[in-house]
Amino acid sequence: MNQTLEAVPQNWYLILSTLLFCIGVIGVLFRRNAIIILMCIELMLNSVNLLLVAFSAYAGNNDGQVFVFFIMVVAAAEVAVGLALLMSIYRNIASTDINVLNKLKW
Amino acid sequence: MSFYLFVILSVLTLCSAFAVVLAKNPMYSVLSLIVCFFTVAGHYVLLNAQFLAIVHIIVYAGAIMVLFLFVVMLLNLNSETEPHKDNMLKVAAVITGGLLFVVLIASIKATELGTFSLPQKSNLGYVEEVGKKLFTDYLLPFEISSVLFLSAMIGSVVLAKKEK
Repeated sequence: MNQTLEAVPQNWYLILSTLLFCIGVIGVLFRRNAIIILMCIELMLNSVNLLLVAFSAYAGNNDGQVFVFFIMVVAAAEVAVGLALLMSIYRNIASTDINVLNKLKW
Repeated sequence: MSFYLFVILSVLTLCSAFAVVLAKNPMYSVLSLIVCFFTVAGHYVLLNAQFLAIVHIIVYAGAIMVLFLFVVMLLNLNSETEPHKDNMLKVAAVITGGLLFVVLIASIKATELGTFSLPQKSNLGYVEEVGKKLFTDYLLPFEISSVLFLSAMIGSVVLAKKEK
């Protein structure tokens, strides 16, 4: 049997990933640089991954780990496309500031 | 022993996550995000998910963060060019995030977590077990994800290409 599961209550993992998710949300609202906003989205994805792995370990069922695998696949694809978009935006307006991109703002 | 490891890793994870948000220079944000990913991989090892820990390091630290570093260097971003929100909006952002945290913690408190009897098997996260699951129950999504990667690859090449 795994020592960690005995030593650490499951709620601690819940609180840790909640905190990590909220830091990601704060980062998205806090910064204006589009690259850092993308990085904060990665943070949020990571907190969800951690929660899924914790639940799968405590429940003794590894379906959750397969889900984490697919989340990583989608995150990798998302980052590639997002950074390509940022590159072409930067080429047009020479900035990654999201306040400059207000054409679609109501 | 693993309790102390958990505490140390958690503190490192949270500190590096805060550093991502608060760092003035985007380069420091990227570097602290790498630290954050490594500590999350440490959590996976603690939870006996060795396969995911290795995949996490390869995919995130090896591929995604290299991409981020490359873009930050290519666009030549530094603390002088870094745009900042005014202080009102920053306070509002922190309050919003804090409220979200309180709501989530309250709902965790209110939820009755079923008492799991701790599993006897500890090899759930090994390559063998996860691989079996991946290639039997989840074979179709696994194959479809290759189509997703192909479209992401073509899409990013087309988007990043210079327009004539």
